[in-house]
Amino acid sequence: MSIIVNHLTYRYNEGTPMESVAVDDVSFKIEDGEFIGLIGHTGSGKSTLVQHLNGILKPTSGSVYYDGRDVFDGDFDLKVLRSNVGLVFQYPEHQLFETDVFSDVCFGPKNLGLSKKETELRAYKALKLVGIEDDFFYQSPFDLSGGQKRRVAIAGVLAMEPKVLVLDEPTAGLDPKGRDDLLLSLKQVKEETGCTIVLVSHSMEDVALYADRIIVMNHAKIVYDDTPVNVFRHYDKLKEMGLGVPEITSAMYKLRAAGFDVPTDIITVNDAVDAIMKIMRA
Amino acid sequence: MEIVKTKNLTFDYIRRDEDGNVEGITTAVDNVSLSVKPGEFIAILGHNGSGKSTLAKHINAILFPTEGTVFVDGMDTNDDKNLWDIRKTAGMVFQNPDNQIIGQVVEEDVGFGPENMGVPTDEILERVAESLKAVGMYEFRKKSPNRLSGGQKQRVSIAGVLAMHPKCIVLDEPTAMLDPIGRKEVIRAVTALNMVEKITIILITHYMNEIVGADRVFVMDKGHIAMEGTPREIFSRVEELKALRLDVPQVTSCAHELKKRGLNIPDGILTEAELVEALKNVYHS
Repeated sequence: MSIIVNHLTYRYNEGTPMESVAVDDVSFKIEDGEFIGLIGHTGSGKSTLVQHLNGILKPTSGSVYYDGRDVFDGDFDLKVLRSNVGLVFQYPEHQLFETDVFSDVCFGPKNLGLSKKETELRAYKALKLVGIEDDFFYQSPFDLSGGQKRRVAIAGVLAMEPKVLVLDEPTAGLDPKGRDDLLLSLKQVKEETGCTIVLVSHSMEDVALYADRIIVMNHAKIVYDDTPVNVFRHYDKLKEMGLGVPEITSAMYKLRAAGFDVPTDIITVNDAVDAIMKIMRA
Repeated sequence: MEIVKTKNLTFDYIRRDEDGNVEGITTAVDNVSLSVKPGEFIAILGHNGSGKSTLAKHINAILFPTEGTVFVDGMDTNDDKNLWDIRKTAGMVFQNPDNQIIGQVVEEDVGFGPENMGVPTDEILERVAESLKAVGMYEFRKKSPNRLSGGQKQRVSIAGVLAMHPKCIVLDEPTAMLDPIGRKEVIRAVTALNMVEKITIILITHYMNEIVGADRVFVMDKGHIAMEGTPREIFSRVEELKALRLDVPQVTSCAHELKKRGLNIPDGILTEAELVEALKNVYHS
């Protein structure tokens, strides 16, 4: 069920003086069960790119293959793609609309044409996965806190049981605990369902901690596609791109510059603590 | 005199059903008394739903106390005749720059506030220029806001508030939607306004590393002020912060762990430089 993006280019307002390239000749492959972090400065083309993954945008040139088939080929049923690739937009809680939490989450699977029983079962499972307790099921989604609303909206997509879950900045505006809870539940969803996750993020710390592969976009192109440790080796280049590295990685560079013999390919606090203890004991 | 002072401020959100009967009451701010001196840089932390934004909206007279009083530069927000003066004194910047930019051209957008206040045209032009210079966006004055990055747009929003010559600016998660450089640009601009122009800053944020430069930090929980102190004092209380759904900067967290493992490191390390210094001291002793 891999997704292959092949020489994809997307131009906004093509043929007008306002024409601009948002995605420029981008190719990559997403394998089953990966946790990919997609990073890039605002306007680098991340959101435009991910909207191709479930066929919301049609490439100006190039193609997207899902399960070996070209999704923009006339014969391909985009409905199949959309039920398999779930896209969670920025601020998904703005799309909540039902009178209670449970009905809202049922909306997606109901539209897939599933039976009432199956729909409700999936909604229940999805809400549990994101950590929403039974007490909230029959409350209005609008009475929940920001973090809870966000999780209900994500449950709405999860209930469709997508094989690939794409989330565009899902933690923007959440408090640190809400952020950690959400990312942990995504990791859990991935482990329990085996789905693939593509996380668009502005937080280097978050992708360092959760992703096993990072794709970096800059000016509509992919500049790095590698493991987190390898990507964050490009300290200066990432800074130039408006991104930078996790705070702790930057601190390791400073320590090294001050004469401490610590490695700089460290991207989590735990590893940093271990590395520092090692040289301090020596 | 304090620029902002709240006395036993309480605010209830009242939910009603279709017939107007009260369904439930949520107390968002609960008996908060605080005061902010002119020129202070205040940061407010707290989890989602802790009452930060509700408190902030009282300073700009968008919300009015259910009980208690709020004074902005000595003016009571409950008094209708003070309304416009209060909004001129305390400006507000919100999370999403796209929701607060209205002009087709950057300088037009920045001029909107003073124009509404009836400032003469010559002076508007002066104010627009100086505000854009203060946030480092002067060279973009003829550009369309749509063409700017998130951090640039947010700095234009700040310039728009600045052009109204406020004594105090309240920023409610101004960096939540920005990339790392955008966040730095905005925080740098805000810090400069505080240091150079002596404007009082009240910054609400979820990014712990943005408040390192603040004079005082308030941490809110369930509508109360749960903690108050300098960033160093607050970030020395790692476990308490975590219990309040918050966090500390990665550098602080690293130093805290090192200390727990037996290194002689002081509490409340805030910056990379401080961490390097602390480790040097350990190493040489």
